[in-house]
Amino acid sequence: MINLHWVYALGGAMWAAFAVLSLRDRTNRQRFGNALLWALVAISFWFGDEIGDLGNGVLVLAIALVAGANLIGRSVGGSTKIEERFELARRYGNKLFLPALIIPITAFVGTLLFTYTPLKGSGLFDPKSVTLVLLGLGVLIALAVCYFWLKPPVLAPLQEGRHLMDAIGWAALLPQMLAALGAVFAAAGVGNIVGGVAGSIIPSGSVFLAVLLYALGMVAFTMIMGNAFAAFPVMAAAIGIPILIHGAGANPAVIGAVGMLAGFCGTLMTPMAANFNIVPAALLELKDQYGVIKAQIATAIPLLIVNILILYFAGYVWAH
Amino acid sequence: MTYLPLLGIALVVLGFALRFNPLLVVLVSAVATGLLSGMHFVQVLSAVGKGFNDNRSITVVFLVLPVIGLLERYGLQQRARSIIESMRGATAGRLLITYLAFRQVFAALGLTSVAGHPQTVRPLVTPMAEAAAEKEHGKLDEATSEKVKALSAATDNVGAFFGEDIFVAVGSVLLIQGSMAGFGIVLTPIQLSLWAIPTAIAAFLIHGARLLWFDRGLRKSSPGRGGEPAAQRTVEGVHRRAASTLGPLHHPSDGPPPRSGEEL
Repeated sequence: MINLHWVYALGGAMWAAFAVLSLRDRTNRQRFGNALLWALVAISFWFGDEIGDLGNGVLVLAIALVAGANLIGRSVGGSTKIEERFELARRYGNKLFLPALIIPITAFVGTLLFTYTPLKGSGLFDPKSVTLVLLGLGVLIALAVCYFWLKPPVLAPLQEGRHLMDAIGWAALLPQMLAALGAVFAAAGVGNIVGGVAGSIIPSGSVFLAVLLYALGMVAFTMIMGNAFAAFPVMAAAIGIPILIHGAGANPAVIGAVGMLAGFCGTLMTPMAANFNIVPAALLELKDQYGVIKAQIATAIPLLIVNILILYFAGYVWAH
Repeated sequence: MTYLPLLGIALVVLGFALRFNPLLVVLVSAVATGLLSGMHFVQVLSAVGKGFNDNRSITVVFLVLPVIGLLERYGLQQRARSIIESMRGATAGRLLITYLAFRQVFAALGLTSVAGHPQTVRPLVTPMAEAAAEKEHGKLDEATSEKVKALSAATDNVGAFFGEDIFVAVGSVLLIQGSMAGFGIVLTPIQLSLWAIPTAIAAFLIHGARLLWFDRGLRKSSPGRGGEPAAQRTVEGVHRRAASTLGPLHHPSDGPPPRSGEEL
């Protein structure tokens, strides 16, 4: 059965190649730092399950030190100049989009086939990781098509991928690091403490204030944890269920669904949601690493107000 | 109950605010939180290692970079630009609204991973939005170009977040159902996904209105109005608004010149 480990093996191979190519790249003054960082990621992907929790902890420590000591530099991408790219774009035309579309189409068709045909029972893919397996498969198909059609130099995809990876740099690992922080927060009981604080400052009698506190608590805790999934069980247990649903008789479907969506407004406003807010800033080479967050605040706040109103009116007032 | 572990949160906020390297900040905060809650250093380090290893799937998305990089080498971004340049009536705002709708609908069908920042925003959406913005405004100065890129990334996030909960089998819907079931409240996923629809509509209207507003700003600040070729407008722009809006292309003290995605 094809499961996540196949995808991790593929990822490990990519990062190992990035490490080797970085080492040979004399245009990057900090090539050893880049090579070390990508090699550590390759080790994580290949051997993460063999080296034990403490071994992984040491690996994380090493990654953070390489990033924190500023050992990572940018490689100079020297493949094709911008004028050449306009010329190539004219030559290849709209067909250039096809390989790019192979990845989403593989995900789309694969998901449909896997959900609605007997393929699901065939045991070919692990159902828990079907999305990522299809992503890996889509990448391989797209690469095969590109090699056949464009006939690039053999190492070109890896070199181009490495330049993009260098542009993202350490930010690429921040989402995973934040997930690890979330695990430590959970082990240390941070959620219970926050829930206790929120529950203890609840005003008695006013359902609207309780709704407000529930929604703002979701936002605040989501901003701290970087995702609403960690915040939801805590805030539901502290306010949503005891005070709104059991106490005031609010509609549980609204309190659940819209409470989570209020948390998503928090996700739009926090650097802790690095994969949505910090990585894209690096990927698009923004000068301001908080540029994406700043562009989202003016959507997040009005939407949060709408969510609070839905919670109050649809969840409580009209439910009675 | 002790509030000491909350110091870890304060450390994260402080570290991000002071712009230390975020990887270090997060690791220090994790270690501090663990130690303050009574764990030993080795225990904390193991917990961090386990959390990191269990979440490798987040980082797998970068597997698409070789394909995207290769296609960019053969002019993908330039092709995306020229399509928009040849399209009448295309504006940055309208383009991004179309993308927002596409992203929300696909996410609502459970196809969140069809698009994303590496797969679609960098190679396609951003160059298209920039080309459309240049049609409205003339050559973009750096601040405006940053704004267009940031709004492209933001549009992807808004579309994905406020579409995916309409799909019944998405993780967050199942999490809500599970959390509620723990307290004896029985909900079906379909009830939850129906209640995600009003917010999805509100998100489309609010973000869409902002995008149209952005278009308005682009047209208003355009140095020349309609009809003229972009190059001519740029020259006029220099006349009217002095050099400040264009900004220096390259600060000598900054090391290598800043690069747009196309020059990678």
